[in-house]
Amino acid sequence: MAALDEMKMRDGVDRETVETVQSMAGTYKHGWETDIEMDFAPKGLNEDIVKLISSKNNEPEWLLEWRLQAYRRWLTMESPDWAMLDIAEIDYQEQYYYAKPKSMAEKPKSLDDVDPKLLETYEKLGIPLKEQMLLAGVEGAEEGRKVAVDAVFDSVSLGTTFQKELAAAGVIFCSISEAVEKHPELVKRYLGSVVPQNDNYFAALNSAVFSDGSFVYIPAGVRCPMELSTYFRINAENTGQFERTLIIAEKGSYVSYLEGCTAPKRDTSQLHAAVVEIVVLEDAEVKYSTVQNWFPGDENGKGGIYNFVTKRADCREDRAKVSWTQVETGSAITWKYPSCILRGDDTQGEFYSIAIANNWQQADTGTKMVHLGKNSRSRIVSKGISAGQAQNTYRGLVSMHPKATNSRNYTQCDSLLIGDKCGAHTVPYIEVRNASSRVEHEATTSKVDDDQLFYCRSRGMDEEEAVALVVNGFCKEVLQELPMEFAMEAQALVAISLEGSVG
Amino acid sequence: MLEIKNLHAELEEDSEVKILKGVSLSIKPGEVHAIMGPNGSGKSTLSYVLSGRDGYEVTEGSATLDGADLLEMDPEERAAAGLFLAFQYPVEIPGVGNMTFLRTAVNAQRKARGEEELSAGDFLKVIRAKAKDLQIDADMLKRPVNVGFSGGEKKRNEILQMAMLEPKMCILDETDSGLDVDAMKLVSDGVNALRDAGRSFLVITHYQRLLDHIVPDVVHILSEGRIIKTGGPELALEVERNGYADLMAEANP
Repeated sequence: MAALDEMKMRDGVDRETVETVQSMAGTYKHGWETDIEMDFAPKGLNEDIVKLISSKNNEPEWLLEWRLQAYRRWLTMESPDWAMLDIAEIDYQEQYYYAKPKSMAEKPKSLDDVDPKLLETYEKLGIPLKEQMLLAGVEGAEEGRKVAVDAVFDSVSLGTTFQKELAAAGVIFCSISEAVEKHPELVKRYLGSVVPQNDNYFAALNSAVFSDGSFVYIPAGVRCPMELSTYFRINAENTGQFERTLIIAEKGSYVSYLEGCTAPKRDTSQLHAAVVEIVVLEDAEVKYSTVQNWFPGDENGKGGIYNFVTKRADCREDRAKVSWTQVETGSAITWKYPSCILRGDDTQGEFYSIAIANNWQQADTGTKMVHLGKNSRSRIVSKGISAGQAQNTYRGLVSMHPKATNSRNYTQCDSLLIGDKCGAHTVPYIEVRNASSRVEHEATTSKVDDDQLFYCRSRGMDEEEAVALVVNGFCKEVLQELPMEFAMEAQALVAISLEGSVG
Repeated sequence: MLEIKNLHAELEEDSEVKILKGVSLSIKPGEVHAIMGPNGSGKSTLSYVLSGRDGYEVTEGSATLDGADLLEMDPEERAAAGLFLAFQYPVEIPGVGNMTFLRTAVNAQRKARGEEELSAGDFLKVIRAKAKDLQIDADMLKRPVNVGFSGGEKKRNEILQMAMLEPKMCILDETDSGLDVDAMKLVSDGVNALRDAGRSFLVITHYQRLLDHIVPDVVHILSEGRIIKTGGPELALEVERNGYADLMAEANP
């Protein structure tokens, strides 16, 4: 009977999906905008803008220097063109690099002082900014769960919930601008230590102009008492969002961190270039989950977010463990490779990914597993779904260095095609430079099968429900890696992103 | 209940291939009809055309369920109207738990009929009882739909779906194929348990042996897209003894 009861939970999730899908008639449901007065930095990018951003955040001299150094490096670099992406040229002078709601001119002391209109935005997105228990929303799950939230609106963080309770456990969770002020020694020590300023074109750009983002510090031996999350919302027009996230997990600590993203519908494309750095020390573990639902552009490929993200975790010491789970459903362009540097011995890296590209979306995403330490292990499970005219590429590197003896990697890449105008591509790079390591790669490509859809429909489900069910089944191995609340949201998203893709 | 009149159907992609050439039959509430016939006579096509699978073009005739035009409906509307097809080859859906699939189906139909959806608890109670009768254990309910199921498990699972969906018109397409004697008994018992005055069955089979277990009221012989003979259960026995050749010769002298 135990098995049946367990199933009830998962079952609830699936039903939730179907209900959510049914309740949502439209396609992209976060496409509205908040009408609010904003302070913009002048359009375009130059050293003065970098200085302005730095001064707006009251940054110390070293950080301004660091930014300027990045900016100068960026000027000498070129936009990468190796991805299977067809990108219209981006005019970096036509963007705003800083946008802040006017009401945030004076930093609110707490979320209670934040402009209600801004708070409404998050309420409308269904993100809890009140410090309340979050009901898991699953029948049978009576216990509420707490999730601390950092809400980032365009270029600034509005506030972070549960800070006191977290502080009692020694956990620091705040915006990165606040961290620069209050914990400069930590920021200085770790910023850029995983993703150097000049790592790549977009990382250099981010290092120069990042405006906000989240900062997490988990002290040695602490298991973070609740899940941490950041919600990014792009609202202002022609404005790029460049957030920077830094997570440090000291020896023997544990944290699960979630990240969600949405943006209004617009005809013009918008730029998003983020950097996430994670430092994992001895015996520590970090679980990082993303549900990326930036506006994907309309069904004719107009508008949408250009999403260029550098995410990397450094398992710096022995037995450190990191797990990336991503559900990428939004953005017109996705260029993203969350990676693991398995430096310590017996370290572990995991990457679970669902990437959906519908209509004219293009996704080039995957991971890098760089094995440097002995007995390091990595696992990659990638599920790519293409529909409409979309192109979806998995690109991944597994690298076993000479000293990474007895290391293992297992990679599974599955692609699912819906319709006959889309494409799925798998580009695995494998380098093995020692004799004792083992790398396995499995890849499949399949189509949503007419027999499966007919079978579902003959049992009473309509076509979209049937597609949602089959696709969620395809994604299951990844979905079950997500925390419960996210799993529900992700399942619903999977279904919504594919609306109109059949028939 | 089910009225089929002069039904003609051909392959959508090749109108030269005419499969049903004027099938007529009438099934009253509570009746069990069997359709027998040699390979290629159009038995499976009839079940697909009735349930709304793509790939067939109906060129003439009609099919109604309680007066409603089946051919005008989408497959899911036919299901909500009370039609059920037990597949000859049940389809595998990886990653989707058997229970999830069934609950989604049950609630989709309830919703389509304007009924309240079953809660997780109620659903669980009902399915546990029905699964037990068909000797379907918790593990099989949890596994992905039909993935790695044996032939017998797949067919039992079809009957479980039928029991949960409570259709009024059930079509069983060669439900006996691939079953050993014990499994056939189990499946037949499952079907017989569902027989009642308000529910009708159309049992498509090659062999008479299934009809020992599920005793029909009427037996039709389908050959080359037409019903060439209709009779009682004894007609099935005649086929078992003499094959179809005599009947076919009789129909096309």
